Amino acid sequence: MSSFSLAVRDSRTMLRRNLLHARRYPSLTLNLLLTPVMMLLLFVYVFGDVMSAGIGGGADRSAYIAYLVPGILMMTVGGTAVGTAVSVSNDMTEGIVARFRTMAIHRPSILLGHVAGSVLQCVMSVLLVGAVAVAIGFRSTGATAVEWLAALGLMVLVSLALTWLAVGMGLVSPNAETASNNALPLVVLPLISSAFVPVESMPGWFRPIAAHQPFTPAIETLRGLLLGTEIGSNGWLSLAWCLGLSALGYLWAARTFRKDPR
Amino acid sequence: MPSSVMPTPKVETATAAIAATGLRKAYGDKTVLDGVDLTVAPGTVFALLGPNGAGKTTAVKILSTLVSPDAGTVRVAGHDLAARPQAIRAAIGVTGQFSAVDGLITGEENMLLMADLHHLPRPEGRRVAAGLLARFDLTDAARKPAATYSGGMKRRLDIAMTLVGGPRVIFLDEPTTGLDPRSRHTMWQVVRDLVTDGVTVFLTTQYLEEADELADRVAVLNGGRIVAEGTPDQLKRQIPGGHVRLRFTRPDAYRAAAGALPGSARDDEALTLRIAGDGGQRDLRALLDRLDAAGVEADELTVHTPDLDDVFFALTQETPR
Repeated sequence: MSSFSLAVRDSRTMLRRNLLHARRYPSLTLNLLLTPVMMLLLFVYVFGDVMSAGIGGGADRSAYIAYLVPGILMMTVGGTAVGTAVSVSNDMTEGIVARFRTMAIHRPSILLGHVAGSVLQCVMSVLLVGAVAVAIGFRSTGATAVEWLAALGLMVLVSLALTWLAVGMGLVSPNAETASNNALPLVVLPLISSAFVPVESMPGWFRPIAAHQPFTPAIETLRGLLLGTEIGSNGWLSLAWCLGLSALGYLWAARTFRKDPR
Repeated sequence: MPSSVMPTPKVETATAAIAATGLRKAYGDKTVLDGVDLTVAPGTVFALLGPNGAGKTTAVKILSTLVSPDAGTVRVAGHDLAARPQAIRAAIGVTGQFSAVDGLITGEENMLLMADLHHLPRPEGRRVAAGLLARFDLTDAARKPAATYSGGMKRRLDIAMTLVGGPRVIFLDEPTTGLDPRSRHTMWQVVRDLVTDGVTVFLTTQYLEEADELADRVAVLNGGRIVAEGTPDQLKRQIPGGHVRLRFTRPDAYRAAAGALPGSARDDEALTLRIAGDGGQRDLRALLDRLDAAGVEADELTVHTPDLDDVFFALTQETPR
C-alpha cells in the first residue's frame, strides 16, 4: 500500500473512531452548543432592545438578530474547538494511543482523525445553531447560493484553523481540565470581537484589541456574505488568519506529537 | 551477594527475536535503565522480573518502539529499532499497563478498530474479531462499552486486540497485575498457547511464581541493571538455602536421629532437624541410609529447594517476608 493511501485509510479509521465517540457521548458536544444558543436568546430577548439601539441607524430587534447571528455562528465554531482540546487531551492520557503508537499505522492519522471529526462536528453544530437562529427570525438579505456556500466554506476554514490550535492545546495539557482552561481564548475572543456590537461603538483604547484578532474579520466577512454588508479587506484578512493559524497549529501539534510520550 | 550474571548459553544476536545491548534511559536526572543487555530466542517466553520502579515498563516501552533509548542498540524480529521502527511495529503486539483498550467504545468496536488498522478486508476483520472475542470468552460482552468491563475482561480484550494482526513477538507488561487468581491462570494459559504457536513472548512481572510458571529464561532487573539472568532453575541453584527438614513426635527418636546426623541444625522444642543439601536423590538416599542405620524413623520429611522468591529477595536486597 502506498504511504498516501495508507494515510487516507488510517485517517478514515481514526475519523470513524472519533465520530463513534461523539455519537456515544454527545453530552460534550451538546454542552458546547448550549453557550452560543443561550447567548443568542439572551442578547435577542433580554438585551435586544438596548442592543439594537447600540448598532445605530434606528435598528429594531429583528435587525439586531441579523447583526448578531454571524457572530454567534463563529462563536459556535470556537466552542467546538474547545471540545477538541478536551477530547485530544483525554485521548492522550488513555492507553489506546500508546497502543496506536506501537502499531505499523500512519501515525499522524491519530491527529488527522481528531481534526476531521471536529470539523464535521463543527458543521453539524453550526447547522443546529443556524436552525435556532432561523426559528427566532433570522433571514439572510438576498444571499445567493454561492454566498451561502462561501459562508459555509469560511466557517469550515475557521474551524480547521482553530481545531489545529486546539489539538496543540490538547497535546500539551496533562488533563482535561487544563485543556479546557488552555482553550479558553477560543471562547473569550468572540466576546471581545464585533460579534455583539460594532467595533466603532467600543471605547477608543479597546478598538485595536477587537479589530486585530481573528474573529472580527471572520465575522465581518460572514456578515457581508449573508447580509450584503461591505466586506472590504476583511475577506483577505480572514483567509490570512485561517491559513496562518492552521499552519501554526499544525506545526505545533505535529511537533508535540512526535515527541516521545512519558 | 556476588554478581550473578551467569555465563549461560546465549542466543546468537542475529537470530534472536529480541536483542538489546547497552540500553540506557534517563528521565531528567533520574536514570531508569543503566546499561541493559537482553537476548530472547524465538518461540520462547522471557520474563523480566523486578520490583516496582526497577525500570521494567521503560524497557518494554523502548523495545516496543514507544520511546527511544538514550543509548544502546535494539533489534526486534530482525529489524533495527533506530533504522526501521515501522518494520518492528508490524511484527509486534503490546499489551499491558500503558497499552490498553478504548473504554468509550464496545469490545467488538475495539476489535474492528484493530482489524481496520491492520488493513484487513472487512469480512476478514469481522471474522477475526468474532473468533478472538469467542476465544477470550467475550462474546456476551462484545456489545458493551469496554469501560464497563471488569479488570480481567479488560485484560482479555486487551490481549485479544493485540492478537488481531498475528504478531510474532508479543510484549506483555505486567499482564496479571491486579487480576484475581482465576483470571491470572486464564492469562497464563493464553501465554502457553501463544508459545505453542511459535510466538515469542516478552513479559514483565513482579510475581515470581508467574516467571517460574511461564518463562524459559528470567532476568532480574533492579535499579536499572540486570542483576541475574538464567533459567528459573539456574537462578534457584545460585542461592544457598536448600535443606531437608525432619520432624519427630517422640523425643527419643529425635535424640537418636540428632546423634546419627551430627552436622544438622537442631530445634529441640519443635523436635525438628535441618540438614543442609540440595535435596537431590543422592543426598536424600545417603540421609535415609544413615537414619536406617541408626534405626530411627522420622514422622515427616520435607525437602526445601530455594524458590524464585529466595532468589529475588537475595538479589534485590529486600528483607524476606
